Amino acid sequence: MTFDEKYFDIGRLDRLSYRDTVVHRLDGRAKVIGTALFVLTVISFSKYEIAGLVPFFLYPALLMALGDIPVRFIARKVIVVSPFAIFIGMFNPILDTRAAAMIFGVSVSAGWLSFASILMKFALTVSAALLLIATTSFSGVCHALRQLGCPALFVSQLQFLHRYLFVLMEETMRIVRARDMRSFGRRGTGLKVFARLIGILFLRTVDRAERIYYAMLSRGFRGDMPALGQSRWVWPDLAFLSAMALFLLIFRFVPVTEGIGRIAQGVIR
Amino acid sequence: MSHHIVEFRNVFFRYPDGTQALRGITFRITHGESVGVVGANGAGKSTLLQHLNGYLLPTAGTVTIGDLPLTKGTRQEIRRKVGMVFQHPDDQLFMPTVFDDVAFGPLNLGMDEASVRERVRGALEMVNSLALQDKPPHHLSCGQKSAVAIAAVMAMEPDILAMDEPAANLDPRSRRSLISLLRTFKHSRIIASHDLDLILDVCGRCIVIGDGVVVADGPSEEILSDRALLEANSLELPLSLQRVSRAMPR
Repeated sequence: MTFDEKYFDIGRLDRLSYRDTVVHRLDGRAKVIGTALFVLTVISFSKYEIAGLVPFFLYPALLMALGDIPVRFIARKVIVVSPFAIFIGMFNPILDTRAAAMIFGVSVSAGWLSFASILMKFALTVSAALLLIATTSFSGVCHALRQLGCPALFVSQLQFLHRYLFVLMEETMRIVRARDMRSFGRRGTGLKVFARLIGILFLRTVDRAERIYYAMLSRGFRGDMPALGQSRWVWPDLAFLSAMALFLLIFRFVPVTEGIGRIAQGVIR
Repeated sequence: MSHHIVEFRNVFFRYPDGTQALRGITFRITHGESVGVVGANGAGKSTLLQHLNGYLLPTAGTVTIGDLPLTKGTRQEIRRKVGMVFQHPDDQLFMPTVFDDVAFGPLNLGMDEASVRERVRGALEMVNSLALQDKPPHHLSCGQKSAVAIAAVMAMEPDILAMDEPAANLDPRSRRSLISLLRTFKHSRIIASHDLDLILDVCGRCIVIGDGVVVADGPSEEILSDRALLEANSLELPLSLQRVSRAMPR
């Protein structure tokens, strides 16, 4: 059992990208652009917007359904990082107390609205990013970025980050395990030892970086990461992007939720 | 062809911290020869290996690979000739997928896409790892990583193959298949290892390094059965020979 599987399960995101569905087959670039558009549209809403954001949940829902991605897995990931968003919005209800809406006869302050809006935007953007990786794989995303004209240096940094994240975590786990085995329950430890562990981890990392660079040199590296396979745009990619753009525009500028509400009211009457 | 030679002539190397790692190493390896480099921990094996493709440059003496003397200027050229397999495959597999990693060298050699794919396929097939090509390296086992690391080097079709402890992380079966694989290569091979049985199986010739100098150099069967020599260098008889000598009445 490696650190990765045990604690963060990051590798599973990659494994999900091995599947072969309509969504997985789309060109990486289409998905990267689509996700970027989606995220931009979502964050362009005003800070009190709630109703307008609701239709956007269709996108992650559709991707999960078509891409055969387990909903609980993505939901768990979103919850794991949610404290960041919660801390950002936490004080809004306290600071911004003017009444803004009435829901079922209870007055709701503007602070609560903006808090809810932050959480919704957070859930939408983070799940979109996670789904991008789950359907494209990290290396696929890097490749797409490179093809879209991202600087080579930036993309190779991302690749290395992803590649050595796992190695670093395992290294950390080995050091921590070695410490725990000899600290006999006194948890060994304290800040002093911890600081030294960090130091050792740093030195080992520097050594490893040296060896990796050496390995790269041995295989003819001269400053540029080569890449293969200029994949081609096919009509599903274009269809995906145009549909994406169209729906984003509609959801952004037409009050869809309100419309549905009106129709529902009409039906009830 | 006689030009895939490796020649060390009176090579000295001193690390920046003052450690004198090599103190006058001299040997010559001819085309197609398979040579084991053995010695105690800290004897200078890895330092020696790192001279083979110019990661380290000798502080005195000359290293000649093929027809090229090793200098700062010829390093790039020499790196194409010498394929280096590292002890820790994680240090060597830095690309996001196995395919990309094996393709890294050939692409740097400036080959076109079709021949790169061809090379990658051939190299992965050689180590029975074609099925792994789309996987990221962190999803591989240690043995699989080692196999892929070898493929990554073989894809460059080096003239000379240098390996540092190639079998250190392998289970017995993977080790056995590595040995049979190494035996099929026609390259000049230089293998540094403590695994003396592997050396005995793969290398016709063996060089013992001690304290930065060549202590002994000769046919593997001869050197690896010389108990006194081996023990003086913190080594011992290969297990396969130990069994034989025990079985024989003295």
